[in-house]
Amino acid sequence: MSFFKLSASTVAILAASTVIASARDQIQVTGSSTVLPYATIVAEAFGENFDFPSPVVEGGGSGAGRKKLCEGVGETTVDIANSSSRISKSDLELCATNGVAEVMEVRIGYDGIVFASDVAGADFAFTPSDIYGALAAKVAKDGALVDNAAATWADVNASLPAQDILALIPGTKHGTREVFDVKVIEAGCKATGALDLFLATAEGADDKEKEKAAKAMCLELRTDGKSVDIDGDYTETLARLDADKKAVGVFGLSFYQNNTDKLKVATIDGIVPATETIASGDYPVSRPLYFYVKKAHIGVIPGLKEYIEFFVSDEMAGPDGPLAEYGLVSDPELAKTQAEVAAETPMGPLE
Amino acid sequence: MTDLSAQPGPALVSPAQSIYVTSPAMKRRNAAETRFRAYGLVAIALSLTMLALMLVTIFRDGTSSFFQARLGYPVELSEKVLDPKGNRNRDEMAKVTTVGYGKVLAAGLMAELERQKIDLGGLKPKEVAELISKDAAGSLRAMVLADPALIGSTIDASVFAAGRIDGYLKGRVTLESAKLDSNISPEQLHLADRMRAAGLLGSGWNWEFFTNPDASDQRPEAAGLGVALLGSLYLMILVAVMCVPVGVAASIYLEEFAPKNTLTDAIEVNVSNLAAVPSIVYGILGLSIFINVLGLPQSSSLVGALVISLMTLPTIIIATRASIRAVPPSIRDAALGVGASKMQTVFHHVLPLAMPGILTGTILGLAAGLGQSAPLLLIGMVAFVDNHPSVPVEGFLDPATALPVQIYTWVTRSDPAFVERSNGAIIVLLAFLVTMNLLAILLRRKFERRW
Repeated sequence: MSFFKLSASTVAILAASTVIASARDQIQVTGSSTVLPYATIVAEAFGENFDFPSPVVEGGGSGAGRKKLCEGVGETTVDIANSSSRISKSDLELCATNGVAEVMEVRIGYDGIVFASDVAGADFAFTPSDIYGALAAKVAKDGALVDNAAATWADVNASLPAQDILALIPGTKHGTREVFDVKVIEAGCKATGALDLFLATAEGADDKEKEKAAKAMCLELRTDGKSVDIDGDYTETLARLDADKKAVGVFGLSFYQNNTDKLKVATIDGIVPATETIASGDYPVSRPLYFYVKKAHIGVIPGLKEYIEFFVSDEMAGPDGPLAEYGLVSDPELAKTQAEVAAETPMGPLE
Repeated sequence: MTDLSAQPGPALVSPAQSIYVTSPAMKRRNAAETRFRAYGLVAIALSLTMLALMLVTIFRDGTSSFFQARLGYPVELSEKVLDPKGNRNRDEMAKVTTVGYGKVLAAGLMAELERQKIDLGGLKPKEVAELISKDAAGSLRAMVLADPALIGSTIDASVFAAGRIDGYLKGRVTLESAKLDSNISPEQLHLADRMRAAGLLGSGWNWEFFTNPDASDQRPEAAGLGVALLGSLYLMILVAVMCVPVGVAASIYLEEFAPKNTLTDAIEVNVSNLAAVPSIVYGILGLSIFINVLGLPQSSSLVGALVISLMTLPTIIIATRASIRAVPPSIRDAALGVGASKMQTVFHHVLPLAMPGILTGTILGLAAGLGQSAPLLLIGMVAFVDNHPSVPVEGFLDPATALPVQIYTWVTRSDPAFVERSNGAIIVLLAFLVTMNLLAILLRRKFERRW
């Protein structure tokens, strides 16, 4: 029965060694899958240039990442949560109840969201109103709300190609969907006058609640198969677009830049999405990207401070750095972020 | 006898028809059988076609990942750039980042192109440098820091070519697609052609695919399975060590010693139920118990192995019990009859005879565990891990990934070069699984006994 003895002793050694191995020596990062590629680029360069091990970077989503960050303080909890949307009040409350008193907010830059179609297909020049008119459940027509009956893009706007409407948009679990909803659908809802019509029918105790209800009605998209939610990654959207060349898909700018041989990008309000137009604020559909650091872990986990300083340094996040090359829109206020990181300033309460 | 032959009963009346003449009923029965055979053939053909389709696509897209484009040229490791103070102090040399080393590599390539009088086709030095993988600078830096004596000498560097150049040699990137591609231009591909003719650029077997760790989205050419292979190996060792003793002991007790009552029945039913629980559930359990309560390190192969063990145990118990039950009772009776104790009977006679079945069941259970990625998602093993886990036993606590996890993460990357990599990883995983299944069959053949 030597095998039994062998395995029993192995288990015993394992149990003992877990007690010995106290200090974790690599940084743990989790969160947004949009920030993931940027974080891996930095993690890799960090491992190459510093004497610390490369951080372990996980994806899984912004919301899940922030929850994990707020689970508590200690070796078994993560150090950094990447996020493609700003931390919410409820997250911070969860943090406070679990003893995570101070959280640092670091904005790393901006990310553009683009509409793209097959490279051999027609050119598209959208406005938010066009997208709203094509995808919303109810649209304004002659001063009344009617069910959306548009079948081709030309039905929505005569200047668009007469191609069947089929839009592949990110599913609701994605941070990208939020930006799409606010910057495109809501904007289109307002511009076409549908928002006012919704307001007239909205129910609520006061104006604020009425507006909220009306905006929620704006976000209802048609369910007849012309607008398709993609719950997977951009690679899935690309595969669907490959299968149906008439579709228009929503992608991140960096994904588009890595696949320019397959995709043709659409303009929004006549602006071509590019790092320059997003940095200048001309291209409307963009959002800031963040990561959140548990301040209590600085000085405990080796290399944590060095990693966040390296992340926002000019050589990584600057306009000529590898992150910008991959598709991140460099933050014009990067110097301010660098100073905040150097001083380890925790974030104040959300307004 | 005589009575019978004298009075033939109605049963012996000869049939109205010979069986060689088909009646309608017989026709129906024959037709039914022919149909049934046809259904079976169709089903088998269908599944074989699916399998063939899958294998063909995987091998078509994946075999190329075992080959890799490389640039080979002399690089002068200039002291001025790499050790400005000239004192070979490691700490001071470490201040030179990969950016500095990248410049050294680029300068070396430019010098070699000039020496060989290769036409640059109007490309700027920066665009020429883009042909070199971004990974090369990091490898060179690690090499120089490990051996500072290299500074000042000229070494023959063999570095990865950039992912798009690699794709060009493999036919994934064409001059047509390069026109639209923002990461590569046709001029760069023409230069690559000229460099290939001059012997600076070539393609060869890619050992790094099996040894390198994962790489970021910007350098698909450097991404390898090193961490994932080690992680999967550690997982298998740990799962075997934890599952086999527990599983076999539990099955022997349940089969040979446990009294037959409601409690054992309940245990039996629940073991079968556990085998059907979705694997993600075990992941949740692992997160809440092993990480949050016991405080084991996240992303480590130990936690992964604990989770996969929980998942594999029921399978092993069921297989072991079946093979113990298959040992004929006569063996037990004979052993007991010559005075062996119950335990001697089990360990000297029943267990050795049941061993081939137990081994097969265990190996198949391990193979199923090897293919799991869902339970690893929640315990942090689906991650970018850039450092190889160290040697066991400490290595079991280091962050690692596993083969199926690596396939999943590569599929979601934006650079199309990762599609090839993930197909290559699938081939490696399939090879692993086929080997394990073959082993199971061979062991069974070798030790099997028939009664």
